[in-house]
Amino acid sequence: MTVKAMKASEVAKKVVNNQPLFILDVRNGDAFADWKIEGGNIQYINTPYFDLLDGVEEVVSELPTDRDILVVCAKEGSSVMVAEMLSEEGVDVAYLEGGMKAWSEHLEPVKVGELQGGGEMYQFVRLGKGCLSYMAISEGEAAVIDATRMTDIFLDFAQEKGATIKHVFDTHLHADHISGGRAIAEATGATYYLPPADAEEVLFGYTALENDLEVAIGNSKIDIEALYSPGHTIGSTSFIVDHKYLMTGDILFIDSIGRPDLAGLADDWVGDLRESLYTRYKELANELVVLPAHFMIMEELNEDGSVAKKLGDLFKKNHGLNIADEQEFRDMVTKNLPPQPNAYQDIRKTNMGKITPDEEVQREMEIGPNRCAVR
Amino acid sequence: MNADKVLDAKGLACPMPIVKTRKEMKEMESGQILEILATDNGAKADLVAWAKSGGHELLDSQKNGDVFTFWIKKG
Repeated sequence: MTVKAMKASEVAKKVVNNQPLFILDVRNGDAFADWKIEGGNIQYINTPYFDLLDGVEEVVSELPTDRDILVVCAKEGSSVMVAEMLSEEGVDVAYLEGGMKAWSEHLEPVKVGELQGGGEMYQFVRLGKGCLSYMAISEGEAAVIDATRMTDIFLDFAQEKGATIKHVFDTHLHADHISGGRAIAEATGATYYLPPADAEEVLFGYTALENDLEVAIGNSKIDIEALYSPGHTIGSTSFIVDHKYLMTGDILFIDSIGRPDLAGLADDWVGDLRESLYTRYKELANELVVLPAHFMIMEELNEDGSVAKKLGDLFKKNHGLNIADEQEFRDMVTKNLPPQPNAYQDIRKTNMGKITPDEEVQREMEIGPNRCAVR
Repeated sequence: MNADKVLDAKGLACPMPIVKTRKEMKEMESGQILEILATDNGAKADLVAWAKSGGHELLDSQKNGDVFTFWIKKG
């Protein structure tokens, strides 16, 4: 029996297409409980590799024979060892190339729709961490929104499409992942925009992203219109692109809403959050397609792997938009919050330019789910 | 801390720090202390979980620069 390597991109296809997969996760129990590969048709067992050093016989009887088996660990090493041991027992298995680190870094570009005059809107789905980034392309020019630190993927994608990146935006100062926005702007000469209220402590130059700012990409002038919508952070700003897409950042998700506590001021910002969601968004057209900066559960994915829904549908179905009682809303977003994202304080400092950890440390900081929402 | 034995697992990636720790432990007596030096970031969580499942006790750990040091008492 041979041991095959399965790439994160192949796992992503299985997740998006709901194909069956059996995962033997050999990380320690806490790591598995905290964060794992999720998908509608995935079955799991978790047996740490250090419990299998004497032999894998025990686990063999628990493995199915009717679906692909993937051994997963943090960085690959232990999964290769266990996969080889299973192979010696005659079991046909694969291991995840690069482990959960590779899974965390994999981005899947999905086209979410058209812009006027032949332009296109792409969503970059980071399945392993639930981050969503965007590239709007029109007539050889591109704008990037909420880019992750895997900057080559964005630079290469723009090049493939024959587009020059002109504008780079972060909807807010991220706390769950390291932004690639500044690096992309430096590499391309693009303008980097940040909301000034989130950027008070940053140690680099940026262009202020303020209410009613409008920029255009391409000759046909695809408008990108900023809309101040605080609450997740004090600076959080949304965009309306081409009068069609509403980029909500971490304020509104498909099945949940943003949490107000990651910059430390839940009680102060809960009123802003409510006003952004219940007043400012309410005034917008129901036909706008909401494109958030995160998803939390696989159910939020559409059939094509994209994460997008009309604002009108969210006003009907998203629990966080339908809490009439203000006190009940306040309690929901300030009490019983989920744990904060891994290393979120250091991630914020990195995004402010205060610290510059090397790549390996950045990877470690981002391990785990994003946890930016309350449901 | 006075260790009965020192294991240098610096520069080794997972699963080797645990594989080597386990091998050393097998040759030690119950109650003896093994000091382990490692640079792998995942080593701490895995050593804690491994020690627990094997009935050993993690007495202490510290980090100096890139090097983690652990003291585990054999159960």
